[in-house]
Amino acid sequence: MQVQQKLEILADAAKYDASCASSGAKRSGNGKGVGHSDGMGICHSYTPDGRCVSLLKILLTNYCTYDCVFCVNRVSSDVKRARFTPQEVADLTINFYKRNYIEGLFLSSGIVQSPDYTMEQLIEVARLLREEHSFGGYIHLKAIPGASEPLIERAGKLADRLSANMELPTQQDLVQLAPDKKVEVIEGTMGQIFERRTEAEEEKKRTRHAPKFAPAGQSTQLVVGATPSTDQQILATASHLYGSYGLRRIYYSGFSPFPSGDARLPLKPAPLVREHRLYQADWLMRYYGFAGHELTTAEKPDLDLTQDPKLTWALAHREFFPVDVNRASREVLLRVPGIGYRNVERILRIRAYHPLSLEDLRKLNVRLKTVSPFVTTTDHLAPAAAMDSDALPSAVVIPAQMQLFAAGVSAGTGQL
Amino acid sequence: MSLGLAFRVRIAPEFAAWREEARRLVREGIAPDEIELVDEEHDTALSLGFALSPAPNPARAIAQPAVPRPFLDLAEIVACHSDPGRWQLLYRVLWRLQSDRSLIRHELDDDVARMRRMDAQVRRDLHKMHAFLRFRMVTEHTGAEAGEQSREHYIAWYRPDHRILPLAVPFFAERFAVMRWTILTDHAAASWDPETRRVAWGPGVPRSQAPQEDELESMWRSYYGSIFNPARLNTRAMRSEMPVRYWTNLPELNILPQLLTTAESRVGTMIEQQNSLPTNTYVPETHTLPVLRAALPRCEGCDLYKPATQAVFGAGLAHAPIMLVGEQPGDAEDRAGTPFVGPAGKVLDQIIDELGSNRPAMYVTNAVKHFKFVERGKRRIHESPNLREIAACRPWLLAELDAVQPKVVVCLGASAAKSLLGAKFALMKDRGKVMESPYAQRVIATIHPSAVLRAEGDSKRVLYEFIKQDLALAEQVAIREAS
Repeated sequence: MQVQQKLEILADAAKYDASCASSGAKRSGNGKGVGHSDGMGICHSYTPDGRCVSLLKILLTNYCTYDCVFCVNRVSSDVKRARFTPQEVADLTINFYKRNYIEGLFLSSGIVQSPDYTMEQLIEVARLLREEHSFGGYIHLKAIPGASEPLIERAGKLADRLSANMELPTQQDLVQLAPDKKVEVIEGTMGQIFERRTEAEEEKKRTRHAPKFAPAGQSTQLVVGATPSTDQQILATASHLYGSYGLRRIYYSGFSPFPSGDARLPLKPAPLVREHRLYQADWLMRYYGFAGHELTTAEKPDLDLTQDPKLTWALAHREFFPVDVNRASREVLLRVPGIGYRNVERILRIRAYHPLSLEDLRKLNVRLKTVSPFVTTTDHLAPAAAMDSDALPSAVVIPAQMQLFAAGVSAGTGQL
Repeated sequence: MSLGLAFRVRIAPEFAAWREEARRLVREGIAPDEIELVDEEHDTALSLGFALSPAPNPARAIAQPAVPRPFLDLAEIVACHSDPGRWQLLYRVLWRLQSDRSLIRHELDDDVARMRRMDAQVRRDLHKMHAFLRFRMVTEHTGAEAGEQSREHYIAWYRPDHRILPLAVPFFAERFAVMRWTILTDHAAASWDPETRRVAWGPGVPRSQAPQEDELESMWRSYYGSIFNPARLNTRAMRSEMPVRYWTNLPELNILPQLLTTAESRVGTMIEQQNSLPTNTYVPETHTLPVLRAALPRCEGCDLYKPATQAVFGAGLAHAPIMLVGEQPGDAEDRAGTPFVGPAGKVLDQIIDELGSNRPAMYVTNAVKHFKFVERGKRRIHESPNLREIAACRPWLLAELDAVQPKVVVCLGASAAKSLLGAKFALMKDRGKVMESPYAQRVIATIHPSAVLRAEGDSKRVLYEFIKQDLALAEQVAIREAS
C-alpha cells in the first residue's frame, strides 16, 4: 500500500481524538535539526469541523486486538486497515514540518500484539525523530495503558506530552463498552507518568541540566454521550484525575457516529453544546476556583445546555451578589458571570489607580447585560429587586444561536 | 495650527525614522496638535514650498525626552501596524508621557487603549504568519559544472496585514536554522543562509515570482481531508479562526469545496450504517427465561433477523449448573426453533451420553440467536457470524446467564468464546482451561461439535475427545462449586 493511502486511512482513524494542542513545552532550536516550540502552541490550519490542525495526528496502525464498542478501530469493526513503518511516520513528520504545515507529531496506535510491543513501536518513531533527525518540534505520544514502566520512562524522555485515554467516565461504562480496558490499568499508567514527572521536576531543582520528562504534561480524553453517564459523574471523574495525576488537560469528545458503528451506541452525536458546557465547567475548575461538585446538584446532575455553568451557579447563589468590582478579591471576581480570568487580572491592575465604572467595563469588552445585575461599580448599584426576580435568567442568558457558534471557538480558548 | 497651515512631517515606514523625527520635535517643543506626522506611503499631498514644521518653541522644548521602556516596547510593535495614523498617535502619547510618566499603565485611556489594540492586532497578524506561511521546496543546482551540486531551497510568499516581516524572521530563523529558506512579501524579502546563519534582506516581489507548487502538497491535502469529522461541520468556527483572506495561501484549502459537498454523504453513510437500534432496547429488564423467550422474536438488533425463519432461544433446565453456548442455530434449528437438534446436536448428545450425564439437566443456547447463511440454489449454507453480530447479540446471552446463574459456562466453538472471552481469544491454545470472563466467573472453551463432523481421519477422533475431556472438566467444576 502506498504511503498516501495509509495516510488517508490512519488520519481518518485518528480523527476521533479531540486533542491536537502543541502548547506547554518550550524547546529552543538545537542548531542541528529543524524545530523549536515557543510554548504557545500554533494552529497551522483549521478543518471544516472548526478544529485546529496543529500536529500530524495519526495512528501508527489501526489494527487493534481490543474490542471497545465506541471505537471505530475495534477488532470487530470492518474498517480498512493499514500500518505505517516508524520510518514512514518520521519522514512524513519531518517533510510536513519543513514546509511549516505542522508543529509536530501526535502519534497513537491500535493495540497490536501487546501493550509493550505497541509502546515500543511508538517510542521508535520518537527516537528516530529526536536522535536521527535531531527534531526539535513537538511530540505527543499515546501512553499505552499497561505498558511497562521502563517504556513509559523512555517515552517521557522523548515526548513533550504523554496521554493515556480514559475514554469512558465510569468503571461501569468501561465494563460494558470497553471490556479490554480497565480503570486500574489506565490509572496505573497515569500514576507512573505523574511520578516520573514529579521526580524530574525535583531533579531539576538540584541540577539545571536534569533531563526533562514530558514537559508539556499529560492529558486524557473522555468520550461524552456514548453511555448514559451524567455530567456530574463525568466531572467527578475529571476532578479525580486532575487531583490525583496532575493532568494538564482533559479533552471531552462528544460521541460521534462513525462508519459501521455498533448497534449498542446512540444514533445521534452528543450535542456539541453539551461538550462545550463540559469544557466550560472544566475551565471553571482549573482557572476559576470552582470545585467540580459545585457545578451540578443531585436534582440536576447534568449541566444546563441553555446557559454557561458559571451563570447557573450564580443564579443558584444569588446571596453571593452583588459583587463590588472595586473591592472584591480576585477569587470573588472570578465568580461573576461574564467576567473572564483575563479581565479579572486587568480589573485588579486598573483599579489600583482608577475606580471602575460600567463604561470602563464596557471598554474591557465585558457584556454589560450579563454583568450588570451582579456587580456594583462607581456609577452602578445592582438593583436588589433584579436579584430576586424570576426574570433574571432570561435577562442575562446569551441566546442559543450565539452560543452554538461560540462552542467551536471556546473549546480552543476556554474563555468564559 | 495657529497659522491655519497643515504642518506635516513625512515618516518612512520604519520605527527608526519615526524615532528620529519624534526626538527632534520634542526637543524643539512642537506639540502634537501643531503638526501632523504622516506615513510616507500614504501621503499623496504635494508639498507646496511652505515650511514643513512650525518654528521651534523653546519654552516647551525638552532637551532629554523621557522614553519609558514599556512605551518603547509597545511603540516598536505599533510602528509595524498598517494604520497610517500610527505615527501621529505614537507622537501624541510620547508628548503626553513627558508630563505623565505613568500614562502607559492607564489601559482605559483612549490613546493607550488604541495603542494596545494595535499592538494586539500586529501580534495576532504575526501569530497568523507563523501559522499560515507555507514553504515550497525547490531543488537548486549550484556550481559551475552542470549537475554538480543540488540543494533544497524552501521558499514562501506571504501577505501579512501589517509590516511584520522583520518581526517574523527570528521565529523562522530559530525553527528552520538548518534549512535554506526565503520569505517573500509585497514589501520585502528575507533569505536565510544555513551555513553563515545570517539573514539577507531584499526588496518585495509579487506572488507570481514565487514557486507555484510542491510535490508534497497532495499528501498534505490527503491528510487535511481525512482528519476532520464530517458529522461535525462548523465552517463558521473555521472562518473565524482562519479568515477567508488567508485561504489563497493555504494549499489544503483548494479542496474545501469537495470536502463540503462530500461531507453530507459521508455522514449519511455513517448514520445509515448505524441506524439499527441497540439490542439492549429489545432485551427486557426482567431476566427470567419466560420473559426473555417471549421478547426475543421482536429483536432487530442486527440484520440477521431478516432472512432467518425465527429466533432460537435456549432450552433446558432453568437453573442448570452447566450452561452450553454454541455459535448460532443451523438450518435444522432455524426451522425447529430449538438449539442443537441437527447433526451437531447428535454429536453433542452422544458425548454427553458417554459421560453419563443428560442434556435436559443442562441449559443449552447460542451466542447468536438467528441463523446466518448464504443461499446456494435450494440449500442454505451456514456462514459464521462476524464479531459485530456476536457483539450485537451478546445482551441476550448475558440476560440468559443472569437468569440461569450456572456454575460453569462451556463455550462450544470460537464464536461463543469470542463473545464471552474477548475477540482475541485463541481457541486451540486456550481450550480446556477454566477461565474468568467479565460476564461469568468460570468459563471453559472447547471445540464446536460441528468441527467433528467436518474433520476427517484421525483428527475426527481427536476433536471428539477434546470436547469430551472439556465437558468432563466442566462437570467436575460444577460439582465442586455446588458443594
